Amino acid sequence: MAIFSVYVVNKAGGLIYQLDHYAPRADTEKTFSFPLDLVLRPHDERVVVAFGQRDGIRVGHAVLAINGAEVNGRFTADGKDVLEFLGNPANYPVSIRFGRHRLSSNEKLMLASMFHSLFAIGSQLSPEVGSSGIEMLETDTFKLHCFQTLTGIKFMVLADPRQTGIDALLRKIYEIYSDFALKNPFYSLEMPIRCELFDQNLKLALEVAEKAGPFGPGS
Amino acid sequence: MTIHNLYIFERGGRCLFYSEWHRRRGPGIPQEEEFKLMFGMLFSLRSFVAKMSPTDMRDGFVAFHTSKYRLHYLETPSGLRLVLNTDLGVPSAREALQHIYGNLFVELVVKNPLCPPRAPVQSLLFRQRLDAFVRSLPYFGPRNPQN
Repeated sequence: MAIFSVYVVNKAGGLIYQLDHYAPRADTEKTFSFPLDLVLRPHDERVVVAFGQRDGIRVGHAVLAINGAEVNGRFTADGKDVLEFLGNPANYPVSIRFGRHRLSSNEKLMLASMFHSLFAIGSQLSPEVGSSGIEMLETDTFKLHCFQTLTGIKFMVLADPRQTGIDALLRKIYEIYSDFALKNPFYSLEMPIRCELFDQNLKLALEVAEKAGPFGPGS
Repeated sequence: MTIHNLYIFERGGRCLFYSEWHRRRGPGIPQEEEFKLMFGMLFSLRSFVAKMSPTDMRDGFVAFHTSKYRLHYLETPSGLRLVLNTDLGVPSAREALQHIYGNLFVELVVKNPLCPPRAPVQSLLFRQRLDAFVRSLPYFGPRNPQN
């Protein structure tokens, strides 16, 4: 049971707040000798596994760290190209950590506005009259719950498929937004939310919702 | 509980089959445009979900619902996409979609020498059997007039 992250999107589709609450760790670290028995390929400013799935390393996983030092996109911590570094037999044996690539803030902005349009298309394609946009998106690894307020702000919560009480949580987040962002005289509408009290109360609400469990008061 | 409509797309985005049962609201746009919009949405949803997922996925996107309808989605390894729209009373139509793919589409279209691959389905038998299957589902039925 977990709540993975929270997104707040303004009525124009811009991301104004994002919080990663819990990220399951599924990284695999292994020591390799030359030659590397995986095919790596640069993709979107990072190095991903293209072929040779094994021992928990899957196609699509990115190189996250080499010899314990985090890589920076396609470059190692000391500025060398990852593919060149791994192509040189003198650098072996080498320990590489693979895992799912974490979203960068640019990607989060892009995904938030992408959901904004999917939400609108979802209501346009409705076979029934008067449908809202997407309220809940189900996948096998997470559920995305979305609540749109009357003023057009969207609150999105990514949670474990078994987590309950998300509808109540979304309304609680709206309340927190009204109380600690909107009532803050230094907050300007539609702009990124940078309010300490909003952060604190949101984290508290997430913890309460997680603890409430399937049959607790939050559900 | 009711079933609104069904779309079958091939992997390139062409709509191979479309059928509707209880559809209250017309698309408001030409049908071809609606197919394109639907496929485009599924295509984007798929990549959206793959990027958002905190862990590795198996089936990917399964369903979504709005305040009025629920969209059930099944993608086969060959890239065929089946979409079934129902009302909110249907929790999961995955078995029904799997049945439509495995026992109807594969048997009557893929194995039919008169149906060219990746072309719109003309087979009358497929249409009839599919219609009979959908009508036999427990959640098929005209919705109550009050809701």
